[in-house]
Order: sequence, then C-alpha cells, then structure tokens
Amino acid sequence: MSVRHALLGLLSEGPTYGHQLRQEFEERTGDVWPLNVGQVYTTLQRLERDGLVESDDGASEGPQRAFRITAAGRDELERWLHTPPDLSAPPRDELVIKVLVAISLPGVDVRRLLQVHRRRVVELMQQWTRLKEDEGELDLAFALVVDAELFRLDSVVRWLDAAEGRLKRASVSEVGTDRSSGPRLRRRLVVR
Amino acid sequence: MLQLHDVTKLYGSGAAQVRALDGVSLSVDAGSLVAVMGPSGSGKSTLLTIAGSLEEPTSGDVVVGGSPLASMSVDERARLRRRSIGFVFQDFNLLPGLTAAENVALPLELDGTRPRAARQMAIEALEGLGLDTEADRFPDQLSGGERQRVAIARAVVGDRRLLLADEPSGALDSANGEAVMRLVLAACRRGVAAVVVTHDAQLASWADRVVFIRDGRIVDGTVPPPSPEALLQAAPEP
Repeated sequence: MSVRHALLGLLSEGPTYGHQLRQEFEERTGDVWPLNVGQVYTTLQRLERDGLVESDDGASEGPQRAFRITAAGRDELERWLHTPPDLSAPPRDELVIKVLVAISLPGVDVRRLLQVHRRRVVELMQQWTRLKEDEGELDLAFALVVDAELFRLDSVVRWLDAAEGRLKRASVSEVGTDRSSGPRLRRRLVVR
Repeated sequence: MLQLHDVTKLYGSGAAQVRALDGVSLSVDAGSLVAVMGPSGSGKSTLLTIAGSLEEPTSGDVVVGGSPLASMSVDERARLRRRSIGFVFQDFNLLPGLTAAENVALPLELDGTRPRAARQMAIEALEGLGLDTEADRFPDQLSGGERQRVAIARAVVGDRRLLLADEPSGALDSANGEAVMRLVLAACRRGVAAVVVTHDAQLASWADRVVFIRDGRIVDGTVPPPSPEALLQAAPEP
C-alpha cells in the first residue's frame, strides 16, 4: 500500500492542506485503512525532499501549510500507476508453509487441518459479505476494497480445496509405490 | 422449517454400494440461509433432493414445516413440493415453450390456482426481481442472469417457505452470481428458509451459516460471525 503515491494522486487534483489529505485518503480508500496524521506529514516531508511536491514558502509547519504537486511529482505518479506491482515471485505465504510443514510431519491429520483453515477463511468472507448486504449504502471505493478482499480470500479457499484433492490423489497413488523411486518434480522457487 | 435427523442414503448394493449421505443432521430455521459447501461427489446434491422430498432417505427422518415426510402419502408430498418448496437448479430448468410469467405461474396452476390469479402472482414475483418488462418473453429471449432470476421467481412465488438451490449461479459471472444470492437472501429476510449447495465460497459467504460436507458427512460448520465492523478495526495501517 503506497501512501506516498496515494497522496501524490490526491495532490494532482489541486493544492491541499495536510489534514485534508488524511481525510481524503481515508474516504477514497473506503475508510478501510486508517492513517495517522504524523504519517501524512512524514510522507509529505519526504515527497518535498525528493522534489515531488512543494509547499508555500515561509509558511509554518502544521495544518495551515498547503502542498501542491510538481511536474516531477506528476511524472512519478504516472509512472507508478502504470507499473504493475511485483507479483513475479510467490510471497512467503504462511498458510502454504503451514500445510507444507504438516504434510512432512507424521501423525498430523492434514485434511482436518485444511478444514480448520477453510472454515476460518469462510467465516471471514461471511463478515466481508455482510458489509455488501445493503447495496444502496455501498460507496464505490469501499465496494472495490471489499471485492478485492473477497477475491483474495476466495483464492485461499480454492487453494485449500485443490490441496485437499491433490493430497487425496497422492495418497491413492502412493499405495504400493516406492516414493523414493521414479521421477519427482522439484523446482526451486525464488521466495520473497 | 427444515430438519434432517441422522439421514443416510445408500445407492446400489453389495460391493457397488455407495453411501451418498452418512448420518446427516441439519436444521434450517425460517428466515435463515444455510449454505452447504463441498466438492463434487460429496453428497451435497443428494442432501438437497432428500430435503425436497424428491428422493427418500434409506434411514433417518426429514421434517418440513413440522411434518415428517415419512408420514405423508405420495400425493401429500407432491402437494408439499408444489405449495411450500421452491427449487432452483444450476441450469435453470425453465420450460422453453412458456414465457417467463407462464413458467413462474406454472406451479401455482398445477396446484389449482386459477390462471388469472396465478399470472397476477407471477407478475408480482417477477416485478420483485426487477423483471417486469420480461414477463412475456420466452427463455431463449432472456440472458443467463435473467433466466436464473425467473427461476428464482418461480421458486419463491406464492407461499413457498423453503427454497432449495443447487449451484444456483451455475455458469453466471460473478456479478450475476452475487445478484442471485441477493435475491435468495431477500427471500430469507421475508421469512423463507433456504439451503444453497455450492462449491463456491463467495456464494456461500452470503449465508447465515455455512456447513461443510465431505464423503456424505457434515464435518464442520461456521459459527455466527462477529459484526463486520470488527474487520475494519482490525485493518492494519498502510
């Protein structure tokens, strides 16, 4: 989550005071990510240091100081918007690691473990879905954030389902075969 | 509204015998939406056909609206299905030779409602789902989302108290799938009890309670979630 670029985005609409930026940021992100005012000013100072925003000369530090975006700031905002986030390497996913550890340990009921996680994720999805129930009161930014969260959690459930299917097939094919023989797919992944 | 007590369903016999349901108990109150989640072959569709009296259990009891199905005659069960239970299937099951309104009115007419009154109730049900201008169109003149809404109108028309849906969003896209679940939930908020079986977690998450079925057994269920506001308080700072 780039507060830095989100603030540049807000400033691209016109000069704004720091405290207004905080309020606008929270509204535009559906009030899902609270931001403290100190964070706003620290970020603005860095943006100013880097020449991406400028403030009124001689104005005192604090809420009465207005900031505006510079030409370099606009270029940086444009570059950031069109640069895909780095999704190339799999993240170090705690749930995936838990399951990988579980299958290597004797005596762990992996199916049961998958179900414990599945239930917890579906419960979270129920909570997010409740927020969508009253469609008339749903603002666009908030709806987009809720959708993103639901798709993310949904992909976790799908992975758990796929893992369960894969484990089931593996346990069937393992009967009567020697695991140490035969080709096995091994690939080293670069993990962030 | 719906209770299943220790329901078992066996198909076939001897070595080929399949235990589709194995001691399933489930209770769905009026006004509540329960989702049954499981992979294909887990028994979730069998659970629905038995709850809707389309099939009989090998053992165990099914009670709909306080009446045990086992104590009913074949005719009484058929009447219960026409009057009190609505079904929604993945492939909509609309009759292609009837208009939307005629499809919705059909179960009422079969139950003896006069055609004019049945049509009026059908039109009202369609209006409630935003389909008032589609009433006289045939299924092949409707989009997939509209067809599924007609199927839902047919399932809730009249005084239906139990709605049973099998993968109701079928091949619909996510916006239409969400629309389908909003309609099911709206019916529940009016007092209908609903069971939706699905493998889709996004659909299931509209339910008040989600139960998980594996190999014919209910293995787990969600507990009522805390208020959604808790999510926002827990969101990390950016």
